[in-house]
Amino acid sequence: MKILVPIKRVVDYNVKIRVKSDGTGVETAGVKMSMNPFDEIAIEEAVRLKEKGVASEIIAVSMGVAACAETIRTALAMGADRGVLVETDAELQPLAVAKMLQVLVTREQPGLVIMGKQAIDDDMNATGQMLAALLGWSQGTFASKIVLEDGAAFVTREIDGGLETVKLSLPTIITADLRLNEPRYASLPNIMKARKKPIETIKPADLGVDPAPRLTIVSVAEPPKRQAGVKVGSVAELVAKLKLEAKVI
Amino acid sequence: MTVLVLLDHEAGSIKQPSRSAVAAATKLGDVHVLIAGTDAGAAAAAAALPGVSKVITATDKAFDHALAEPLAALLVGLAGDYTHLLAASTAIGKNVMPRVAALLDVQPISDVSAIIDADTFVRPIYAGNALATVKSSDAKKVITVRAASFDPVATTGGSAALEGAAIIALPDIAWFVSAELSRSERPELTAARVVVSGGRGMQNGENFKLLEPLADKLGAAVGASRAAVDAGFVPNDYQVGQTGKIVAPDLYIAIGISGAIQHLAGMKDSKVIVAINKDEDAPIFQVADYGLVADLFTALPELEAELSK
Repeated sequence: MKILVPIKRVVDYNVKIRVKSDGTGVETAGVKMSMNPFDEIAIEEAVRLKEKGVASEIIAVSMGVAACAETIRTALAMGADRGVLVETDAELQPLAVAKMLQVLVTREQPGLVIMGKQAIDDDMNATGQMLAALLGWSQGTFASKIVLEDGAAFVTREIDGGLETVKLSLPTIITADLRLNEPRYASLPNIMKARKKPIETIKPADLGVDPAPRLTIVSVAEPPKRQAGVKVGSVAELVAKLKLEAKVI
Repeated sequence: MTVLVLLDHEAGSIKQPSRSAVAAATKLGDVHVLIAGTDAGAAAAAAALPGVSKVITATDKAFDHALAEPLAALLVGLAGDYTHLLAASTAIGKNVMPRVAALLDVQPISDVSAIIDADTFVRPIYAGNALATVKSSDAKKVITVRAASFDPVATTGGSAALEGAAIIALPDIAWFVSAELSRSERPELTAARVVVSGGRGMQNGENFKLLEPLADKLGAAVGASRAAVDAGFVPNDYQVGQTGKIVAPDLYIAIGISGAIQHLAGMKDSKVIVAINKDEDAPIFQVADYGLVADLFTALPELEAELSK
């Protein structure tokens, strides 16, 4: 079974982001970029399925600027077999990404797509669900456990009150939540090997998809800052303030 | 403009985040709501929500576990009459609405925290460290609503009409197997007026029990930071933060929580924040209205005793 894993290049999760002074977006020039953390988990899960002999080939797909090839290279060093880069400088939103992935899935015919549940930049949490819809496939979102057996996927999902397990017909789309696994660090020999693995570069037009955004960013602003309050000296003072000043208890 | 809101419901009542979604919908136009599943009493509970003019019911077992595949098909079948389709940003809303959007060739707008006009919305990005105002060019809008940003409508006062949804063919590609739900007598995190949360400072899962008498006294829900969840002290559904639940209670008490950005993103809209931490430089104090620098293991029993006075 082939597994396709879409991955996104985003501002590294350790970076404290800055809103551009003209309010057009978030500063990304000169900022450290990394693979979206949820996508690392997706790659790790695919690699584990290959190590178990369930998967035969892992294809990592990224979309965006030429530097996304570095993100694909990271996935290859973790254990993916080859990469596809859909290169464009245009802003991409989930609907366009899902449409391009749909074409790639039709071409590659994977038995499973695993991807991060959301990107930590736009926080949309949409592309996996949208790809499943376009393909008419089942979807296992926010997965914390995946078991493939009896020709189906049993996916344990993180839901509001706890956990839920669903059985999904294959092929299916699974989106990874934080606790699905802990991604490995690529070893130096694997990083060297990854340099020789192939990355195919294509354009959105090659997939016949118009990637024009449907949402216009009107402005991006910093959220209102919360003012630090006061330090209290004792539990008694705290309770008195909560009762008499804040009136919340 | 007429808006359709997908409601989360359980045991004949409407979940609070969905009542917040109804509140958001009333800013856009006439509000219809959808109750899917065989949950007896849920339709009547929906009809009693103020501001709702029609309840559409789809009484079919296929919807009982809110699987995205049949629910999205149902919503797409109903979508023709509406300018906006809304749901709360719950596990259900987040799972279903993007699927609906793709089937309608629409770019969804996730986790809306403010409504500017019929096409323009504010939503947090980068874990709430920036707020984006976005304008949609799609004819229909598919939206999930950040419940903490909208005061929920009341549970009574409305008297909407009921109408059954037309029966449609549903995809049979996904099946519910089982659920492991945390059972608690306490209010749900996203609905509680008071939340008491513990962090890595609690040291172990056993110590989390120390929060319970305090939570009982205050009628509070118990939450946790991601650090405490990752350390295995409590299950993931306790998690407050960007990768967990977003809460905005009247009172949030952070105990032994340092205040990582990811945690602050989940609770900084609380009305009053209290922090108890022995590290006086902990970042949590920068957002706390009341900070107490103290060892939590001495402060907790004191706090409980003081509240009993």
